[in-house]
Amino acid sequence: MTSIAISSSFLPPGNTLRRLMIQVIIALVPGTLAYAWHFGSGVIINIVLAVLFALALEAGILKLRARPVMPHLSDFSAVVAAWLFALCLPMHSPWWLVLVGISFAMIAGKHLYGGLGFNPFNPAMVGYVALLISFPREMTSWYLPASVAGETLSLTDALRYSFGNIDINQFDALSSATPLDQIKTAIGQNISISEIRSSPVFGEYGGKGWEWISFWWFIGGLWLLLTRTIRWHIPVALLGGVLGMALVFYLANPEIYSSPLFHLLSGAVVIGAFFIATDPVTAATTDMGRLVYGLLIGLLIYIIRVWGSYPDGVAFSILLANMCVPLIDYYSQPRVYGEK
Amino acid sequence: MIKLTRFHGGLHLAGHKAESRAHGLQQATIPERLFLPIRQHIGECNKPLVEPGDRVLKGQIIAANPSLICAAVHAPSSGTVSAIGDYPVAHPSGQPDTCIVIDVDGKDEAAEPDLPDPRQLTPDAMMERICRAGIVGLGGATFPTSPKLSRGKASGIDTLIINGVECEPYITCDDILMRHYSAEVLRGTGYLQQILHPTNTLIAIEDNKPEAIAEISRALAQTPLTNTDVIPVPTIYPSGGEKQLIHILTGKEVPRGQLAFDIGLFCQNVGTCVAITRALEKDEALISRVVTISGDNINAPGNWETRLGTPINHLIELAGGYRHAAGANLVMGGPMMGFSLSGHQVPIVKASNCIMVMCEETAPHTSGYHDECIRCSKCTEVCPAQLLPQQLYWHARAKNWERTREYHLSDCIECGCCSTVCPSQIPLVQYYRAAKSEIQATQKAQLKSDRARARFEFREQRLLLKKQKAEERRRLKREALQKKHDKSGASKPISDPVLAALARVKARKKSLQEDSQ
Repeated sequence: MTSIAISSSFLPPGNTLRRLMIQVIIALVPGTLAYAWHFGSGVIINIVLAVLFALALEAGILKLRARPVMPHLSDFSAVVAAWLFALCLPMHSPWWLVLVGISFAMIAGKHLYGGLGFNPFNPAMVGYVALLISFPREMTSWYLPASVAGETLSLTDALRYSFGNIDINQFDALSSATPLDQIKTAIGQNISISEIRSSPVFGEYGGKGWEWISFWWFIGGLWLLLTRTIRWHIPVALLGGVLGMALVFYLANPEIYSSPLFHLLSGAVVIGAFFIATDPVTAATTDMGRLVYGLLIGLLIYIIRVWGSYPDGVAFSILLANMCVPLIDYYSQPRVYGEK
Repeated sequence: MIKLTRFHGGLHLAGHKAESRAHGLQQATIPERLFLPIRQHIGECNKPLVEPGDRVLKGQIIAANPSLICAAVHAPSSGTVSAIGDYPVAHPSGQPDTCIVIDVDGKDEAAEPDLPDPRQLTPDAMMERICRAGIVGLGGATFPTSPKLSRGKASGIDTLIINGVECEPYITCDDILMRHYSAEVLRGTGYLQQILHPTNTLIAIEDNKPEAIAEISRALAQTPLTNTDVIPVPTIYPSGGEKQLIHILTGKEVPRGQLAFDIGLFCQNVGTCVAITRALEKDEALISRVVTISGDNINAPGNWETRLGTPINHLIELAGGYRHAAGANLVMGGPMMGFSLSGHQVPIVKASNCIMVMCEETAPHTSGYHDECIRCSKCTEVCPAQLLPQQLYWHARAKNWERTREYHLSDCIECGCCSTVCPSQIPLVQYYRAAKSEIQATQKAQLKSDRARARFEFREQRLLLKKQKAEERRRLKREALQKKHDKSGASKPISDPVLAALARVKARKKSLQEDSQ
């Protein structure tokens, strides 16, 4: 928030931060609904909790920082960050996990740097990575989709789970490692891709359920492109990076390297490409820079997935690329009018 | 037909031109008092040539400067100079400036014109008359036309571009001028051709002005002008910017640090053409211009041929007054490049193409609040200079002038596209203007202190040299004396009296011994 004298342009504003954020929220809806369809209502509970916590935190911090509260709350940037953060969590997470993660995201990821516009790292990813490192057990208890387990937690059970009134072991039959995790473990045990792919958690191309969620993220991403909320450079370069790497290794040895489509449709690649890496505050700003930035994330995702110790690497890749943004921006300045 | 090129960025804006062009061209009455700022152009400042109490005639020069880059100010009507002093003027800073105040006598009496046939004049004589008439570029830049012409003539011009694009919303003064003074526009074009000898001439008009295109084309068919074409250009802001128009028409870019005539191009606004015609044919100085008055808080938007120095409130009265009584936001220039005025006393000057009268609440940026930059780069997408506005903003706010230079702040044409699309409603251009003037001030101060230091160092050097010379002289003198002294000492025998006495005693003893033997 800055106060300065009146100047041009004197036309009414055509675009507002709030309108941009609402576009992102609209684009998140189909994927979120698909998520809930396949894995139960836990994800909705996570989102609602995260959004409420985020708004409360944002209001409190703004008050402490003596900044106007309403203008900042009503730009919905906290809602978007919280929503994206909640989507990274396992579908059934205790409320305190959500609170710890979103607190870290809002305080350390956003406001310690000066709030919206000044944070070098994607706040949602900061919160998620903090949890992943601090609470590895809670952050890796994933559940099977309805199409495999035959059922998901009912809304009441999911709520009771979130608020700690239910024994976790009761649902052991429903919990399972994610497909990416299973592939990672299997490769470590010298089991070939074709063998592991016969497990019921795998669908046509990616993990069962997951591939459909990715598809709906993709549709949401197209909406963002059509409404010009984001531009094509980052998603295309990022997906290109993942697909390119995956294709090369898959062609070299399909028994130990998964297919490009599997990589595309598993984990957080699509949502990362369209929704997270495109966060304008933390991404590169020039066209060329965005291509480099997207490609860098794509390569890092593949490297971390295949040779790193984590099953998925979207969050780490984005944070690492965030670090490179000032450098990328500086060296990718476009040619100015009249410059040879 | 030439092939048009698309420039980078730009915006499709709602034109809002119909409001002000409905009534055609109206003649504004002359107010009782005219306020003439002595600074109405880019370049050296004028000095008043009249004193309070002097009677002036219409067209008489009242302020001038012998410098080349300068345009004189003339009395727009006859009357008496009543005061010279600081009055509100149209400047983004809101600071008052020196104005000559004329109490108009209503006779509108002009000096006897000197009327040679302009077709017989040499280019130099033509430029001299254009200079005397105080003509500046009326498209907004207000650069004196005469020095621009002589530089252009010296560089050799291939293509003459007559700019009737008028791309900014609300403004229709050039549109109306082209429709009412088409013959004068074209005769002025002819005089420019007579001076510059271009191979071809392009008259560019944005395609949202079909009447102006038709009228100029019709008038062109009746003139003897050759190799001259009317080119409708697509409506996209800021196609009327000189560099953008050059890019559209020729596909060329003016290299950084150079001007259009360095690559054989010369742009002139249609209004300037009319002023040139009047100066050459009728010996009329630039004392009036067409001004658009528009916006959502004026009763009768329109175009008025207005004497320079007319206070804006006079024009507002002519245009039916404010629509909503409470609080108006006055802007000189269009909604994209204009700036807020300090009050309604501000006079019309050579640069005043448009006065926007807006309701206070409809003007954005008035709350003094804007969100922070989220680096979305929408500004980069629309920037016609292909700059990185969000980086410039960042460094301008941090007052990191070195970085703003690296990001080519000086190439910003202040078109306002970035401010318009910014989702955080940051008045980016305001930041750039502030940064530019601060850099200029710093450079001026730097230049001054550099000059002072150089002078001081020179003085020190000079004194040191003087001292060294004096010392050298003294040394030489001492040495010369020493030498002289040494020389005389060597020729003389030992002059010690004791030794001499001893010698004498010795000699006597010797002679005594010799005598006794």
